[in-house]
Amino acid sequence: MIALFRRDLALAIRAGGGFGLGLAFFLIVVVLVPFGVGPESAILSAIAPGILWVGALLACLLSLDRIFALDFEDGSLDLLATAPIPLEGVVAMKAAAHWVTTGLPLTLAAPGLGLLLNLQATGYGWLVLSLALGTPALSMIGTFGAALTVGLKRGGLLLSLLVLPLYVPTLIFGAETVSRGADGMATATPLLMLAGITLATAALLPFAAAAAIRINLR
Amino acid sequence: MSHRFSLNALWEFANPQKFMRTSQAVLPFFWGATALCLAVGLGWGFFFTPEAENFGSTVKIIYIHVPAAMMAINAWAMMLVTSLIWLIRRHHVSALAARAAAPIGLTMTLIALVTGAIWGEPMWGTYWAWDPRLTSFLILFLFYLGYIALWEAIENPDAAADLTSVLCIVGSVFALLSRYAVNFWNQGLHQGASLSMDRADHVANVYYIPLLVSIAGFVLLFVALVLFRTQTEIRVRRIKALVARERMG
Repeated sequence: MIALFRRDLALAIRAGGGFGLGLAFFLIVVVLVPFGVGPESAILSAIAPGILWVGALLACLLSLDRIFALDFEDGSLDLLATAPIPLEGVVAMKAAAHWVTTGLPLTLAAPGLGLLLNLQATGYGWLVLSLALGTPALSMIGTFGAALTVGLKRGGLLLSLLVLPLYVPTLIFGAETVSRGADGMATATPLLMLAGITLATAALLPFAAAAAIRINLR
Repeated sequence: MSHRFSLNALWEFANPQKFMRTSQAVLPFFWGATALCLAVGLGWGFFFTPEAENFGSTVKIIYIHVPAAMMAINAWAMMLVTSLIWLIRRHHVSALAARAAAPIGLTMTLIALVTGAIWGEPMWGTYWAWDPRLTSFLILFLFYLGYIALWEAIENPDAAADLTSVLCIVGSVFALLSRYAVNFWNQGLHQGASLSMDRADHVANVYYIPLLVSIAGFVLLFVALVLFRTQTEIRVRRIKALVARERMG
């Protein structure tokens, strides 16, 4: 399974893997928002947690269809399904690789972008913490969505339609953590809920995603 | 075969022929009962109940809003049950019933949202507010859209049934989770006794009975529509099978 993880990492980082794409998109979204809502610092400061979280979420969405599509097209997914490792493990490793190449860079880049949006000083720590805890959930949920649509030619838009409503709880708790943290209020509840969602999706969704892949491989 | 009535007899309707025959026989009664309940419930509710003190005549829209909202949730619950039956027992009628129910649930959600907006404007001064119940219904609307879109996107009917069933199950978990997340996110307008016109103990008797009749009417409407549309889905499948057979030989 580690070999699979490293293979997916290598594939993503290599040319054509779309590695920097998520980061670039995150930057673009964050830069666009002030053009849309105006440059007033107070407004930007108020909406910064939400914008950063929505931006990270959308950037995660971009690379989701790559998780299984390439392997599906050249037959590797069939091989992985019949390999000695369980398909659920394959799914979990692919989700992990997706997180390392998408969620993790976004988490690390977020403070810099927080500067652009005039995020309050107290919010930066919570921003990184909530993204670090929440982006794995985004990767796992996205992997499930990708498993549902793996056979489709132009499944990208359908993937977004399926996955974005599933992202809502993570987004709510993540953005709430940052907002409350930035205002100096207690963040235990949303943070714990966020961690709970990540753990639960990591534990349960691989089974659903593996079932979906088996259906699509028939 | 024993002809005693037992709950196991329900499984006989997994046979498409039996389903078609039975539903064909009972549908007229369902349509009739639906028309009766809706006419009585809505007619009584709209025309023969007094206007509420604070809200005027717009409160009468609860006779559509509340039943539609209830059916929106119940439609998804029905889809969940039929999806599980499909996954476990592979009854095609069940999968097609789930597929048939989805657009009905979508429409009920839309009706609930729109009638809520129409009611909301005179009552709270706004067509839309991000309060927990409204927001949850908006998310439910998106879930229905995704489910229907997935059915349309997959060509192989059995794979489509399987994948949409998995989506329905995962979606149900997330729908519940979202309900609580949204509650957490916003304390909202729907709470508070003054606004819970849809809670029975706060609604005066004079409103309550027409509301019950309307709810019954909507339930019957849902059942009739699902039976009708499932019949259509079965016929579509048969036509596709016939066309495929023609093409092959």
